[in-house]
Amino acid sequence: MNKVTTRQEVIDKFSDGQTIMIGGFLATGTPESLVDALVEKKVSDLTIITNDTAFIGKGTGKLIVSKQIKKAIVSHIGTNAETGRQMNAGEIDIELVPQGTLAERIRCAGAGLGGVLTPTGVGTIVEEGKEKIIRDGKTYLLETPLSADIALIKAAKADTFGNLVYFRSARNFNPMMAMAAKLVIVEAEEIVEVGSLDPDEIMTPGVLVDMIIKG
Amino acid sequence: MANTREIVGKRVARLFKNGDLVNLGIGMPTAVANYLPEDVNIILHSENGFVGLGATPPEGQEQKDIVNAGGQPVTILPGGAFFDSAMSFAIIRGGHLAATVLGALQVDERGNLANWMVPGKMVPGMGGAMDLVAGARKVIIAMEHTAKDGSPKILKLCNLPLTAVQEVDYIVTELGFMEITAEGIVLKELAPGVTIEEIQSKTEATLIIPPNVETMNI
Repeated sequence: MNKVTTRQEVIDKFSDGQTIMIGGFLATGTPESLVDALVEKKVSDLTIITNDTAFIGKGTGKLIVSKQIKKAIVSHIGTNAETGRQMNAGEIDIELVPQGTLAERIRCAGAGLGGVLTPTGVGTIVEEGKEKIIRDGKTYLLETPLSADIALIKAAKADTFGNLVYFRSARNFNPMMAMAAKLVIVEAEEIVEVGSLDPDEIMTPGVLVDMIIKG
Repeated sequence: MANTREIVGKRVARLFKNGDLVNLGIGMPTAVANYLPEDVNIILHSENGFVGLGATPPEGQEQKDIVNAGGQPVTILPGGAFFDSAMSFAIIRGGHLAATVLGALQVDERGNLANWMVPGKMVPGMGGAMDLVAGARKVIIAMEHTAKDGSPKILKLCNLPLTAVQEVDYIVTELGFMEITAEGIVLKELAPGVTIEEIQSKTEATLIIPPNVETMNI
């Protein structure tokens, strides 16, 4: 089963109003070609779930500049002045989530869990509107799953079935996102034949992946 | 006279013991790594997904996928390991970090910390700060004693939005080394040349002064 496809077939999957997860941390581990494809298609009113809005002209920052985002669920926007400007102007809805909570909420969706109890954010504005649960005398917030229509994933290596290997600190949110979306699209720096990756070195199993393009 | 970064860096560095896993925040906390005693090796955690954070590589030897939490090129030391963000924050929340060192906008005598937003001005997002402060076994604040306009940052009660409640253990500034206890903030050490009157005059919270306040050994 060969999941390697064309850029055009990927672009055909994008439409207005979708919720899209995008891997990366300040653009390291972000699939830049897939982000460029979203910009090229000019889809609008997107909700993105991603760690940060990176930089103007780099990573997920490109989608902010092109004004395709209705809402961003992120842990940090401080490196992209345009995100702050749009937020203050009321042009974009920003939901700030502590980074570890963001990772767990995505993991919950992909793992079939109804939520996670975390001590992070107790006593801060993060707790507003959330259920508090006390276990063994300690207070936790109930944080709920985050899923998406599409996940855009960056891998160093993919085999044609979609088994993935990430490289260095480019792994970050990619493995959790590859489990939490209905359609998983991978941009790989290198595409190899099935059987050439050692099954022990595979970080995301190919059964979770739908489409692959060469990045 | 040593500068703030050196005084704070040297004093914070002496809070660690050999083998501690530590996360250093951006700015002054990062400088702590430059002042470790020779017999103390700590392992640095980088929230974007590895342990064994090393120094900045020489120019021309940067690798695009090895960056720190600020996105700057760094290196990984022999024995280091990469992992995903869920593992990275499991290490943080799970009590596997001996300490985190962060800056502060405000910290108060109950150990509350505000360091991530100023309503109407600066809202960069909390990134990993809330998880770090909630999860690390020791929370160490490394900062200038007062704000740029001279107003106190060590308060009776924080009035900016909090990062976490009652999690701060130590405060280290260019004026002194303080420990937060159930009774309040105890002044443990003064920087060389600083008096009790001076540090108290620049602190809104009332410092608890033990009989012997030592001079910081830096």
